[in-house]
This record gives sequence, structure tokens and C-alpha cells, in this order.
Amino acid sequence: MSTAAATKDKSVLWDWLTTVDHKKLAILYLVAGGLFFIKAGLMAVFMRIQLMTAENDFLTGQTFNELITMHGTIMLFLAATPLIFAFMNFVIPLQIGARDVAFPFVNALGFWIFFFGGLLLSVSWFFGGGPDAGWTAYVPLSSGEYADLGLDFYVLGLQVSGIGTLVSGINFIVTIINMRAPGMTMMRMPLFCWTGLVISILIVFAFTPLAAGLALLMLDRLFGGQFFIPDMGGNAVLWQHIFWIFGHPEVYILVLPAFGIISEVVPAFSRKRLFGYTAMVFATLVIAFLGFMVWVHHMFTVGLGPITNSVFAIATMGIAVPTGIKIFNWLFTMWGGKITFNTAMLCASSFVPTFVLGGVTGVMLAMTPVDYLYHDTYFVVAHFHYIIIGGIVLGLLAGLYYWYPKMFGHKLNEKLGMLMFWLFYIGFHMTFFIQHILGLIGMPRRVYTYLEGQGMETMNLISSIGSFVMGAGILVLLINVVYSAFKAERITVNDPWDARTLEWATPTPIPEYNFAQTPQVRSLDPLFYEKMHGDGTIKPAEPMEDIHMPNGSILPFIIGLGLFTWGFGMVMINMENPIIPPAVVIGVGFVLTFGSMFIRSIKEDHGYHIPVEQVKKIEKEVS
Amino acid sequence: MKGRKGLLRFLPLTAILFLLAGCGEERLTALDPYGPQAQWILDNMILSLYVMALVIIVVFVLYFIAVVKFRRKPGDDEIPKQVEGSKALELTWTIIPIILLIILAVPTVAGTYYFAEEPPEAAGSSGEEEAEEAAAEAAEEGAVVIDVTGHQYWWQFDYPQGFTAGNEVYIPVGEKVWFNLTSNDVIHSFWVPALGGKIDTIPGVENQMWLQADEPGVYKGKCAELCGPSHALMDFKVVALERDEYDAWVENMSQEEELPEENTVASEGRQVFEDQGCIGCHAVEGQGSAQGPTLTNFADREKIAGVIDFTDENLEEWIRDPQSFKQGNNMQAYPNMSDEEMDAIIEYLKTLSVEDGE
Amino acid sequence: MSSSVDFSKGLPSHPEKATLEGKNKFLGFWVFLGGETIMFATFFGTFLGLREGTAGGPTAEELFSLPLVFIMTMLLLTSSLTSVLAMFSMKKNNHKSMLVLMIVTVLLGAAFLGFEIYEFVEYVHHGLGYTTSAFASSFYTLVGLHGAHVLFGLCWITTLIIRYSRSGITLTNAPKFYVASLYWHFIDVIWVFIFTVVYLLGIGGA
Repeated sequence: MSTAAATKDKSVLWDWLTTVDHKKLAILYLVAGGLFFIKAGLMAVFMRIQLMTAENDFLTGQTFNELITMHGTIMLFLAATPLIFAFMNFVIPLQIGARDVAFPFVNALGFWIFFFGGLLLSVSWFFGGGPDAGWTAYVPLSSGEYADLGLDFYVLGLQVSGIGTLVSGINFIVTIINMRAPGMTMMRMPLFCWTGLVISILIVFAFTPLAAGLALLMLDRLFGGQFFIPDMGGNAVLWQHIFWIFGHPEVYILVLPAFGIISEVVPAFSRKRLFGYTAMVFATLVIAFLGFMVWVHHMFTVGLGPITNSVFAIATMGIAVPTGIKIFNWLFTMWGGKITFNTAMLCASSFVPTFVLGGVTGVMLAMTPVDYLYHDTYFVVAHFHYIIIGGIVLGLLAGLYYWYPKMFGHKLNEKLGMLMFWLFYIGFHMTFFIQHILGLIGMPRRVYTYLEGQGMETMNLISSIGSFVMGAGILVLLINVVYSAFKAERITVNDPWDARTLEWATPTPIPEYNFAQTPQVRSLDPLFYEKMHGDGTIKPAEPMEDIHMPNGSILPFIIGLGLFTWGFGMVMINMENPIIPPAVVIGVGFVLTFGSMFIRSIKEDHGYHIPVEQVKKIEKEVS
Repeated sequence: MKGRKGLLRFLPLTAILFLLAGCGEERLTALDPYGPQAQWILDNMILSLYVMALVIIVVFVLYFIAVVKFRRKPGDDEIPKQVEGSKALELTWTIIPIILLIILAVPTVAGTYYFAEEPPEAAGSSGEEEAEEAAAEAAEEGAVVIDVTGHQYWWQFDYPQGFTAGNEVYIPVGEKVWFNLTSNDVIHSFWVPALGGKIDTIPGVENQMWLQADEPGVYKGKCAELCGPSHALMDFKVVALERDEYDAWVENMSQEEELPEENTVASEGRQVFEDQGCIGCHAVEGQGSAQGPTLTNFADREKIAGVIDFTDENLEEWIRDPQSFKQGNNMQAYPNMSDEEMDAIIEYLKTLSVEDGE
Repeated sequence: MSSSVDFSKGLPSHPEKATLEGKNKFLGFWVFLGGETIMFATFFGTFLGLREGTAGGPTAEELFSLPLVFIMTMLLLTSSLTSVLAMFSMKKNNHKSMLVLMIVTVLLGAAFLGFEIYEFVEYVHHGLGYTTSAFASSFYTLVGLHGAHVLFGLCWITTLIIRYSRSGITLTNAPKFYVASLYWHFIDVIWVFIFTVVYLLGIGGA
């Protein structure tokens, strides 16, 4: 397939632009998310250079604020989310034994809308600078009076990319509920699928308030709405409520799939089933539920009164219980196992103690009066980086090394992998552990500099050096990707890790239809079950038939482009002397978007069938 | 440490000058508390650290044993026993954390109410307005209630006696001081780490908090909520004085304006101060508006604009180009002021003191 | 997948859920409506938080007139009823009756929208511009967003009617009609809440 495509460059590009195959979209998500990750990571390095010495003038306060805003926004919305979607897209249909997601077209739509939304946010640099009010964009700092065009790009870029995330979330819910193979009951699903399902539900319930909040801010900024202007009857605190009703579940949206990845990798390399599977599922559900009940803990210093603060403090502490359940279940999965320490397992297992460090500071932060000290200081910065890097990024790295052979047909180099892990891990602790103390001695977060003589110089220097070491770790990862692409041995077996779940029952590389025959699932960890109780292969649930496949389509790309154009047109309303009237650009965007949707709705697309003979031929080739 | 603190108590009023000149330590870190709030915070942080240390130790010990003991040896192809789980264990690690959390929850709730305490007369009243009225009453009866307004990037402190201070707030030692906080533009957050917690100043909202300093001295305060390019430079100071010194300071601040003697450089400076329109933003002893920091006791300050060392050169540079120090601040630049005018105005500004007993 | 359904005895009793595709659409759309509910809830919350913030501009008591809103409510409720009846026709495989009922739905919806535009114009004449106050902004945003949903629904159902005016009811278009009618009900339910929270509370001054 690849040889045929390589001869015609144009068709390769067209193929990727029009694909609706979940495996290819996963790779698109991985590449796009990876690029955004590197971009935002570089911003972090710039910030650490600025903070390396007291009263440094490498960056101005304005530039620094733009960097913190973009770093946070990109990392959460445009790096972590798509990277998680990359794995969910690739793995979930395989793990539940499906040929694709429920709505392949919508899947592609989700990717392209996300991508163009991210692009819209990123082009802000070329129009007077990025948004500068922090990733939380608190009003009035983000309102028309205090912030420039950058915030318009923020509002519209996130609005657009949020639509993409939302439709993808809906797609995953339907996929997981409706598309499971025979025998794959809910309680036989791998934990990664469970977390995928739960976070998709969270996305539906959390991204919609965000969409509403962003709409309010947009109306305020572009059309003179008065939602947040106190003098006109508005309320500045309202934004914080809406933002955190979204913002807190967002943390779980990102961290639960990381939990899921850990719950796949740890059993695979401990050669032992996940300890307390039922408790793990239950804990996931409880965490998701409580995630919506705790948003005020981001607002303890807003002055909402002791009753509100106490209630939310206790609810927040409650989250520690199901999280603790998970930690101990992972520990006891390893306990009594036969652990192989490769890079994937190193990342996954070191996740456990690291995440505990982030978790305990979380409980400490829940103590309201003590939070009056921690709030908005470097203590908080340290806390959430322990959660996000120690939790999400280590999980993603574990997933990357684990699923890489299935995605790309070869493993990543182990020696470089180990080097990456140790650089990254040591650098990470060096950067962030010390920031706890910086917060306690009086360093607020989001400061572009600090004065001499406050005892902050040494610790900031150590933190900065740590961030460079982390950066070196990521550089090694990139080298590894390139090196392994050329040098690594091709994988031809189905199951290079001797793993347990259904995705490892497919051939490598995976045919576009995934399973020639829908598999019959007989147990949790179906592949491992067949290895123990059968001949190591999954039994089919249906005879070999023609396989129905969806057609590719360029419409998702065009809809994404349309939304980008629309969003850009909206931003132009606030531009001085736009070359083209904004209404024209908005109109073009509308026509592209709704025109494509219209075409999609009236043109019936029944897909095509791969005849059974061809399926047999492909199966013979890959086995 | 203790000895020095004890000594400070006996220093006369002029010692404030000495303090402000930078010879006294400026207290910042929350790890060295100087008031009941900060002490409470530190104590409970340490309590939570003990509880958390317990959790961390258990997890780390289990983790390292597992990692060391259950490694797969090369060539070992044995499949370990597949354990489904254990109800007893699951219950254990559900119930024990709940108990640990209760240990933390009790002081959390108690502390939340302790920190939200209202001025004595206000206790029992429910409505916000009532609380405000009560606060006003409390002020009349001697309790110190200070109105704080956050600005990009300075702090305005309005005293019940009717005068205003900028960037440096004076409080009496050993008693609770109440603050009513709001903002004039964006959200800021009022934070004095060595004395207690922080609270946001929000436009359109009036928040209340109290602080108490147990020792005289200078405590550094910071803005803790991103408020623009110069957020990092929005520092202020809390100057805690013994009650009689505080009363004297209040007395001085409340006095009528004393213009500099005529035909001096300082009086010329006063003229420039009016001609250039400085007074349009900076009030002196109640004269002029409060768009910018009040300068009544400007010469008593250790820093210009909260962060710049107080020297003639810096002051001149600040007047000529404030943006070069604090990006995005609202003060107008005066790049074309003549050297004479500049000297005069600096001379005048340096007379603005309330501390030499006048 | 559609090939696995037996057509020989005519349409199945639930044509909208007979194929896996239809089932997916059905579930996916319910989930989407769940998200929409939360989004509207946020706008409702915003409105409730800001309805006192009239900043000296016109207030709800001064503006709202119950008779007009009552007519609008009746129009929308009736249109919801006709769309239910259309779905009954679909299940009975009565294509023509389904189309007629859907057309009635669209007409009623269009009348509703007309009244709403008239209402907004009236309020602007009475001095309630979009930027007058936080109350004005949140009112226009909430009710206007609902209006935009009505407009989108009208375009959608009209497209479906034209596209499938001759094809009869099939397993491909049944889910589409069903989902559109679900959407229409959703709009109706939202309106009931707007009627209560915005208008009744506004007039009652509670």
C-alpha cells in the first residue's frame, strides 16, 4: 500500500486529508498534538530562562504573560487533549473489537475542527501578540478594555477547537456503547476503554459550559455585551464559575485516560491481571462524578463565604479516596507479578509514586484556610505540574512506547528510551519539587520576574536547570523517533509485548478493516485468556463476509477550514483597518461550513464493500 | 532572632525611619509567621504534612518492594498467579484514607470560620450591608478598618479618619485589623505571606478579611492574581507599629497640608507639581485626586512605586519614563521636563513626610 | 450492516433504530442533546445571575407582555405535537401524512420565529438594546440562542422534507427524520423553561 502511494505524492496528501480511518486519524492527532506539545514546551523553556536570575530582562512582562497564557492553553487544549485522542482513536476500536468508530466521518470532522481551532489560536502571534490574560482568562483582564486582539484569537480559537473535541467525545460514547464485539460486555472492557467512555461523557458535560462561557466573553468583546462589567449590572465572578465548572472536569478529562493507559501497561509488563478491576471501574466513575462538585476550590480566595468554602473543601478531599483506591490497585497489580522494566513500564510504574506526590499536595490545597496561603503561588504551579506531567505526560509516554509498534510497525529504541526517561524524570523533579517551597516563601505564580534579596534566586536557578534537562529528555525522544524509523527492526508478529488485550490480536500492520471477522470475546483480557485456555488466537464471531467500509471525504477538512475562516472573520471585527470587511470573511466561513454540512446531509454516502476474496488475500499477506 | 524582635519593641517612633531605610528585615516568607493567621496556616500545613507523609511512606515502601522483589529474571517464563482482587484490601484502602481525611476536614472547617470572622459588633448580623454598617461602627469604637482598593499596579489604603495612603499600609500591632477590599480595574489579590492568607480584590465586589501582626516591623505584601504586564511588580508593605506610634502616625497623616516654606527649591517644586498636573492624579494630604497613589508620606517610603530603590536618579527616571520600570502602568510620562523643574520637584517630593513629628 | 435487516415484510416497527447506523445516530443525538442541555443551563444560570443587573435600563416587569409570549408558547407546543404525530405516521409507514405533519411543524415554527423577531424589535424600541445592561445582554443571548436553534431546526427539517419528498420512508432517512423531530422537542422543552424562568419570573418580579 505504502509503495503504491509513494509513487504518487499528491495522492498521499489527498489520502491523509480525506481519511476517515480511525488509525490514520490517530496518527494525525499524534503528530498535531506532538507539534503543539513541543511548541508549548519551548515556551516553558523561555519562561524558565527569564526566571533563571532575579530581575532578568530576557522577556518583558507583556511577552511573559503571552507565553504563560499560550503555554497553558496549548498544553491543555491542543497538546494533552489531542495526544489522548490519538491513543483513544487508535486503541479503543481495536480493544472493543470494532472495525471503526461509530461515526468515521464525525471522527475526521473532530480532528480537523480541533486542528483549525488550534491554528486560529496560533496565528495570534502574527496579529499583535498572543492572548495575555492567563489560560483562565479571568475577566476583566480579558475583557475588551484591558486585552487586545490576542484574547479574541483565544476566545474563537478555543471555541472552534472545543467543537471538535465535543463531537469527538460524542463519537467515542456511541462507539463504546454500541460497537463492542460479541462477548465484550461492559465489565470485560479494558480500563482504557472505560476511562475513554467516562471522559467522553465529561467532555459532553464540561465543554458545553466552556462553549457558553467563551460565547459570553466573545459577545462582550465583539458586540458590547455587559455580562462581566460591574458598572452595567454584570458580574466579574460569573466567568470564574463558568470557567471552573469546565476547568476542573477538564483535569479529569486529561488524567483519567492516563490512568487508563497505566492500567493497560502495568498489567501487560507485570504479566498479571489488573488488581481490583471492579474497584478501578467504580473509582473512575466516582472521580468523574465528584469532578463536577469541586470547582469552587479554584476560587477559595474569591470570598464566597465560609459555608461555600467548607462544603467544597470537603468534596474536594473526597476525591482523594477513589484516587487512593487506584494507586493501591496498581501497586498490588505489580505485587507478585513478573515485572519487565522497559521504557513503557518505567514510565508507567514511576507514574505511581510521582502521582502520589501530586495527589497529596492536592489534598493539602483542599484545606481552605491553608489554601489562602497556597492559592496562586508557585506551590500551586508545582502541584498541578506534578499532576499533569507526573500523571498525564508519563502516562502518555508509557502509551507511546507501548502502542508504538502497533501504530508504526516498529518499536522505539530502548537505550534511547531509557536515556529519555531518566533525563525527563530527573529534570521534572528538579524543576517542580523546589517550586513548592518557592510558593511558601512568597513567590506568586505568573510573575515575570522577582526582586533580588528575597531568597528566591538559588531555587529558581535549580528549577530552570531542571527544565532544560527535561527539554533534553524530549529532544532524545525526537531523536529516537527518527532513529527508530530508519534503524529499528520491523515488527511482523501480532503481539510483540506478549500482552493481554484485543488490539494485540490484530496483524501488524493492521489492515484498514482491523478485524477480518468480528472477534468473539470470552473474558476480560481476551488475548491472555485465549493464550491460557485456547490456542492463543481469538475465535471469530461471524463468517468471513464482504466488509463494509466508509468512504473518505474532504468535507471534514473544508468544514474545519470554514470554521477557521469564520473565526478569523470574527476576530477581524476588532481589528483596526481590516483589508477585507469582516462580514465578507465571516460569510465565506459560513458558506464553507454550512455548505459542506448541507452537501453531507443531502448526498447519501453508503460507503463501499471490500469483497471477501480481497479480505482473504490481505489476511494471507499479513499473517 | 527572638532577641532582635524583642528589642524592636522598645524603639522610639523615629525607629520607623530606620526600619524603612531597609536596615530592618523585611518579612516575607510564610514559613516564619508573625501573626495568628499565619501561625494557624503553618500549624495546619504541618499537620497535613504529617498525614501526607504517612501516605507517602506507605506507598513508597510498597512500591520499592514491588519494584525490587518482583522483577522478571531473564528466561523466566512462568505466568504469575492471576489475582482478581481482594475485598478486604479494597475496604482497607478506602476506610483508612477516609479517617485521615476527617482528621484534616475538622480543622479545615473550623479554620474557614475562624478566618471569616467579622468585626466584633458585626457578629450575628447576616446581611452584607449590616456587616458593613457594623464594620463602620467598629471603626468608631477603635477597631481599625481599612478600605483597600487594588489598581494597576498599586494599592490604595483608605483610613476611616479620611486620609489615604498608597502602597504602604500602617497597622497597629497586636490587634485584629479589618480590611474591606475591592478593585478599581481588574482583579488583584491582597497577600501578606508572613501575616496570613490572601483574598481577591474584585471590581464590583467588596470582600472582607482580617490580619494581625504580633511584632512591629515591615511585612512585604504582594499581588497574587495576574493583573497585567507588571503584575510581578505590584508589591506593597505592611508597617506594623505599636498602638501609640500608630495613633501618632494617624494624627500626622490627618493633619492639614503644610506647604513648603516660600522661595525654597521645594516650594518651586510644589509649583511644578501643580503646573505639570501631577496633582491631578496624586493627592497630597487630601488635596487633589486619588487616581494615582497619594503622596502624603512619599518621602517615608523605602521604594518608589513599590519596587524601585528610593534614589534621586531613580525618581527622575521614573518621572521621565515610568513604563521602563513598570510596563503598562497608568502614570503619564514627563520626558521633556527641564532639569531645574525636575530637581525642584524631586526636592519637593522629598519633603513629603509625616514622620519627623511635624 | 443495513443488509442484515429483513425488508421482505415491509419496514420494521422502529425504522429509526433498525440498523446499527440508525442506532448510533439515535444514541449520538441523545448525547448531543445532553450537552446542549448543559450549555443552555449555563446560559440560564447567567441570566438568573444577571437579571437584576438592569443598570438603570428597562426592567423585565416594564417590558414583557404575557399575551404575546403565551401565543408564542402555544405555537411552539403545537408544533411539537405535530412533529410527534409525524413520527407516529413514520412508524405506520405513512410517508405522505408524515410529510404533511412535518410541513405544519415548520410553518408553526416559522410563525413562532416571526413573533420572536417582532418581540425583539419592540424591546429595542423601548430602549432595551443589546448593550444596555447585563440583563439585556443575557436576555437577548439566552432567548436569541433559542431562536437560532429554532431557525436551524427549520432549515434542517425543510431540507429533509425537500430531499425525501419522493423517496418514501427508508431505513436511511427514518433515523434522520426521527433525530430532527427529537431536536424539535428539545427546542420546545427549552422554550418551556425560558417561558417560566425568563417571562413568568420576570413579570412576577420574583
